[in-house]
Amino acid sequence: MRALFNYIKEVVYAFVSLAKGLLLTLRYFVTIKKVNITEEYPDNRTTTISVKERFYGEVVLTHDENNEHKCTACTLCQIACPNNSIQIISKQVETEDGKKKRVLDKWIYHLDMCTFCYQCIDACPQDAIEMKNSFELSVYDRSKLVRQLNRPGSKLKEKPTVKEQQS
Amino acid sequence: MIQFTDITAWIHTLLLSVMSPTWTYVVELILSGVTALVVLLVCVIIMVYMERKVAGFMQLRWGPNRVGPYGLFQVIADVIKLLLKESFSPNRADKIMFNIAPALALCVSLMALAPISWAPGLTMWDTNIGVLFITAISSMGVIGIMMAGWSSNNKYSLLGAMRSGAQIVSYELSAGLSIVTAVALAGTLSTNGIIASQANGWWIIKGQIPAIIAFLVYIIASTAECNRAPFDLAEAESELTAGYHTEYAGMQFGIFYLNEYINMAVVAIIASTLFLGGWMPFHLPFDYPIVQTFNHIMDFIPTWIWFFGKMFLVIFFMMWFRWTFPRLRIDQLLKLEWKYLLPISIVNLLFAALIIILHWHL
Ligand code: SF4
Ligand code: SF4
Repeated sequence: MRALFNYIKEVVYAFVSLAKGLLLTLRYFVTIKKVNITEEYPDNRTTTISVKERFYGEVVLTHDENNEHKCTACTLCQIACPNNSIQIISKQVETEDGKKKRVLDKWIYHLDMCTFCYQCIDACPQDAIEMKNSFELSVYDRSKLVRQLNRPGSKLKEKPTVKEQQS
Repeated sequence: MIQFTDITAWIHTLLLSVMSPTWTYVVELILSGVTALVVLLVCVIIMVYMERKVAGFMQLRWGPNRVGPYGLFQVIADVIKLLLKESFSPNRADKIMFNIAPALALCVSLMALAPISWAPGLTMWDTNIGVLFITAISSMGVIGIMMAGWSSNNKYSLLGAMRSGAQIVSYELSAGLSIVTAVALAGTLSTNGIIASQANGWWIIKGQIPAIIAFLVYIIASTAECNRAPFDLAEAESELTAGYHTEYAGMQFGIFYLNEYINMAVVAIIASTLFLGGWMPFHLPFDYPIVQTFNHIMDFIPTWIWFFGKMFLVIFFMMWFRWTFPRLRIDQLLKLEWKYLLPISIVNLLFAALIIILHWHL
């Protein structure tokens, strides 16, 4: 008796859970105009396209309006990158008070080897780099994928000194 | 309103006036076959388009929308592509069997159309064992699939064909039993008779619970017989590449594809004939004057709209299943049949018999 009861319960339960799934797809089917999440990509690339902020497209070195970046050429990102897709080339310069200082010369990014893992950005102590959500990255020539991320003429953003911070 | 019987009678007298009765018979046979084929091909084209749109919408996509307005010409473009492709047969395949198999499968599924009643008085073969003939023929479809699987000389094809065989043999039982339920309610095996018995209401309404259960079981079992998802183990592309038609290309593959959709159309037509009254308009089995008026209003909708409307309704159900449920494993599939569907349909048949004996149906 108990077995029979369980059998019937199982059948009814199965039907209920199947009906739930069916109702969900029916809802999608009927309200497709509202719930559709597909981008009609090449048609709407200049109009309604929306790519989520969280999409990992390419690594960029952020520059502010004075063409200054925050990279101190510490190479932590280069070490963190599992694919060797970052090359930090630094140079020695002499500051006004005669000290030697190491500054960023070229921030080379090999997009062709990048897996968009975000580890470089996590590793950067200065928050100098970030991930952009761009996605139209294909080019006809592979060498175009090796980019220099620091803009020409850009320089390190001077940190406010301790005194300035206090005032 | 023009009746289909008028058209057929007109063609008959026209042919009789120009040729002998024997030739008239032959020409009429060919004409009816060609007409059925053309109607069915148009239905298949609509179904393929519908399937893609339904699939898209249920998965939050748009479906085809590139070729023509709303992607309407996509199917035609695909057919042209298949026609232009080479039909290739593998080196070590059994060439004759390999090339016969698609045609055989198609023939079998087309044969099931013979006793179907398309409209009042429009039946190719009005026999008193129509339903029996359909059940007998529809289980033969597996022969084409087995031939294709065996002759391809490919392990995936063979496995797919074997699975398909196991599936069709087991699901034939519960499909048959649910057909028997409908036949028992109607009291006849002829398709015309079954439809005529639903003049005062479809069996799914008149037959109460047993008819509803039988309808559901029939839909499930026949989806499995058509090898459609969630029962598409015969093709299971993630495990078997494409199952029994792995080695087929070009139009031979196209014929298998066509065959799948024709099978689906046949199943939908049978389901609507048995449970939803075929071409019979929607009537309610009550005697109140208002219900009579309602029944009369329903008669104004032409029968072909009812026929194709019901057919596409059932087809929509099958597509709805397909794009909602994940595929079953082979053991789950057989368990579903032997432990659930078959006992349920046997008990349901007894229940239906009880209702018929006690005249509880409306
Ligand atoms: S995202 Fe990953 S792979 Fe790309 S540069 Fe950064 S650490 Fe290297
Ligand atoms: S980007 Fe950040 S981690 Fe990389 S070198 Fe510059 S400061 Fe260091």
